Amino acid sequence: MSTTATTMDRAAPRHVGGPRSFVERLRDGDEIAHVITLIFASVILLITSMLVYELWVNSHLSRAQFGWHFFWTQTWDPIFDHFGAAPFIYGTLVTSIVSLIIAVPLGLAAAVFLAELAPRNLSDSIAFLIDLLAAVPSVIYGLLGIFIVVPVMRTTIGPILINTIGNVPIVGKFFKGPNYGVGFLTASIVLAIMIVPFIISVSREVLLTVPREQREAALAMGATRWESTWKVVIPWARTGIMGSIFLALARALGETMAVTMVIGNDPKIRESLFAPGYTIAAVIANEFTEATGDLYLSALIELGLVLFLMTFILNGLARILIVATERGGGHP
Amino acid sequence: MSRIHLIWRKSLNAVMLTLTGVCAFAIVSILFLILGYLIYNGGKSLNWDFFTKLPKPVGETGGGMANAILGSLKLLLLAALMGLPVGLMAGVYLAEFGGKTFSFVIRYTTDLLNGVPSIVIGIFAYSLAVLPVKHFSTVAGGFALGIMVIPITVRATEEFLHAVPGNLREGAMALGASKWRTIATVVLPAASGGILTGMLLSLARVAGETAPLLFTAFSNRFWSPGWNQPIASLPVMIYTYAIAPYDDWHRQAWAAGLVLLGLVLLANLGCRAVLHRRGFSRSV
Amino acid sequence: METTPAVPHKEATVRFSISGLNFYYGAKQAVFDLNLKIPANRVTALIGPSGCGKSTFLRTLNRMNDTIRHSRAQGEILLDGQDILSMDVVKLRRRVGMVFQRPNPFPKSIYDNVAYGLRINGYKGRLDDLVEHSLRRAALWEEVKDYLQKSAFALSGGQQQRLCIARALAVDPEVLLLDEPCSALDPVTTAKIEELMFHLKDSCTMAIVTHNMQQAARASDFTAFMLDGKLIEHSETSKLFTTPKDPRTEAYITGRFG
Repeated sequence: MSTTATTMDRAAPRHVGGPRSFVERLRDGDEIAHVITLIFASVILLITSMLVYELWVNSHLSRAQFGWHFFWTQTWDPIFDHFGAAPFIYGTLVTSIVSLIIAVPLGLAAAVFLAELAPRNLSDSIAFLIDLLAAVPSVIYGLLGIFIVVPVMRTTIGPILINTIGNVPIVGKFFKGPNYGVGFLTASIVLAIMIVPFIISVSREVLLTVPREQREAALAMGATRWESTWKVVIPWARTGIMGSIFLALARALGETMAVTMVIGNDPKIRESLFAPGYTIAAVIANEFTEATGDLYLSALIELGLVLFLMTFILNGLARILIVATERGGGHP
Repeated sequence: MSRIHLIWRKSLNAVMLTLTGVCAFAIVSILFLILGYLIYNGGKSLNWDFFTKLPKPVGETGGGMANAILGSLKLLLLAALMGLPVGLMAGVYLAEFGGKTFSFVIRYTTDLLNGVPSIVIGIFAYSLAVLPVKHFSTVAGGFALGIMVIPITVRATEEFLHAVPGNLREGAMALGASKWRTIATVVLPAASGGILTGMLLSLARVAGETAPLLFTAFSNRFWSPGWNQPIASLPVMIYTYAIAPYDDWHRQAWAAGLVLLGLVLLANLGCRAVLHRRGFSRSV
Repeated sequence: METTPAVPHKEATVRFSISGLNFYYGAKQAVFDLNLKIPANRVTALIGPSGCGKSTFLRTLNRMNDTIRHSRAQGEILLDGQDILSMDVVKLRRRVGMVFQRPNPFPKSIYDNVAYGLRINGYKGRLDDLVEHSLRRAALWEEVKDYLQKSAFALSGGQQQRLCIARALAVDPEVLLLDEPCSALDPVTTAKIEELMFHLKDSCTMAIVTHNMQQAARASDFTAFMLDGKLIEHSETSKLFTTPKDPRTEAYITGRFG
């Protein structure tokens, strides 16, 4: 073990910083630990790549058969093996966007309350409860959707909306037509409740990072609390808030159970928000196990691929936006 | 003019600020509404039969969901066995060993996986575990849930390992501990509380998942011995019973919903309380 | 408090012999051509203003700086004649122990903290005796002997630091490096630790970095003064503090800067 001292050449550099020699590390098991944990980390890469691969390969039949037409074909006909994604893309987009229209103002308002007005303890407690709301399983929302929201929509909210907004020009045409309780609007409402906790949670954190000086500068100029919030704080945080909206949108696109229980499951594009519709996630959930024939299954898997790509892009954008706020604060 | 304008601004201020508070409390009250409805509707349907009996044949009233409760437990066990070790080890890699670029790739991929809709994960599990053997199975369901457990576990592990103070590691290394020894005997034990909490949270999340089970574990009206047969689970039962036309089934769906929500919320309450006390950021 | 009667440099056995040490953090040089002999079984104090490189130098003696990327040492550091830069670092650290500025006990019991070093080195004998022996050397045994299974965090700051000393002593190091061990502690605890250093000298060589000149004057046999990464002066403590040779040393110890 001991080496007799040899006076080293003083000028010769001895590299001490960094890892020990490979043999030493190997003997002590450091290298093995490195390799083992690396393998497990790579498993994640493997799973994700295989996921994309399987989606791609198993949708081959459908992609070859329909090509790009898949995206704007409106028929969904399992009997004659004629499949088109348009009704589902329409349904997914409509429910998601309408749910955002409902959830964003609500969520942003609540986030403002929690970040700007409420004392820290109250804010933390409420934020905690809202986190719990985010943990409620989708199928429970669906359960409540079927037995509470649908009847209410049919008997109360629907008629009210038809008689009020239904008569307003332009927007009114979305609020006409027969109302059975299920449909785009019901699904959007349930979705809105499901995604609002995400908007609140992320927006609240983003608002809390806005520097005090910004608010104080506005207030010192005689602005009211609301004016300082609306005109200074929110614009400063707007990139992060956009990020939270993208995140919520990505969640809404992929929501399956609650939507499929209240949307009516009808693959048609209709103007009325009270009409039954279908989303990508819902049709996969309902018809996957019933799919007879390879083309049928392949079409459903192609829908899955489309859904994957939509959420992938949105989540990526969301991350960029949120990271951008954390780094640089608001800038035009 | 300016005096009226000032009154307008002040009124607007009061109205808007009140509205924000109203929104916040309205959203919180939804949570209590949900709980209230479930307790009311589910509570009156919960009985001893629910926990111990098998479902009755279609059309008959009575019976229970004993097989679904056990099924959910079996699926969770598989998910834990498959997903937790991967998440833990990957987290250790990222926090302790990772090189800069590869770590970035792993983190990015983990986030990607986290954002994949659960129905798509179901499709993936179907193609890997159901298609080749042409039947549904518990293993396939466990596999789907196991994948979903990984991202949360990775994030929790990495975050809590990072939080272990550097001078604790230095103390171990100064005594002659090699790197892996330091991690195994000092760093991991120090971070274990937070990591276990994160793992429990991830299991609580997948316990409520329905979509990925629809065509992997499928469902079963009887017991499911072994691991290769389709198996019933609480979320799938809730779904099946809720959309069916039988009142008795609706009744049972409420009961099951109460049990499921109760367990999920309890787990979340416990875990998040622990995490808040330690002052850690929430992983949304 | 007595210190051992000063022994002239040439007659004391040398434990560490440092020649021409240059140390770099990346491109930035922190230690310049340092030459120093640390005598065995004595306490050597390293003093100097913040940023003078004394902690950096101390940490090269057990190669704790290895953990910092892009750091490197040039020159020669001999421990009992062996070059530590080519030695296996894990073996080096069993011979040269360290006590840190802020107490860093492991989240384990008092017993397991002291036994940690023994267990990882595969010691097979009777742990109980060694744990007791180390705790006695660290002047902590009487206070904790009935509570060995309690968590180390239940101890006060001063007790935790003495626990860390016991933990370091358990593997019976030839040298103990102390990096400002008392800076987070109160005067009473500081006095206790200085006293135990005096008793440890027989079995252990010590090098202590300190900001507190009174402590250096009280507790050490030799003192080295560093400034901007260079060793300015090194001699017996009493001589350095009463008749410093370099005007910069004098300026520092009379409080004109630092």
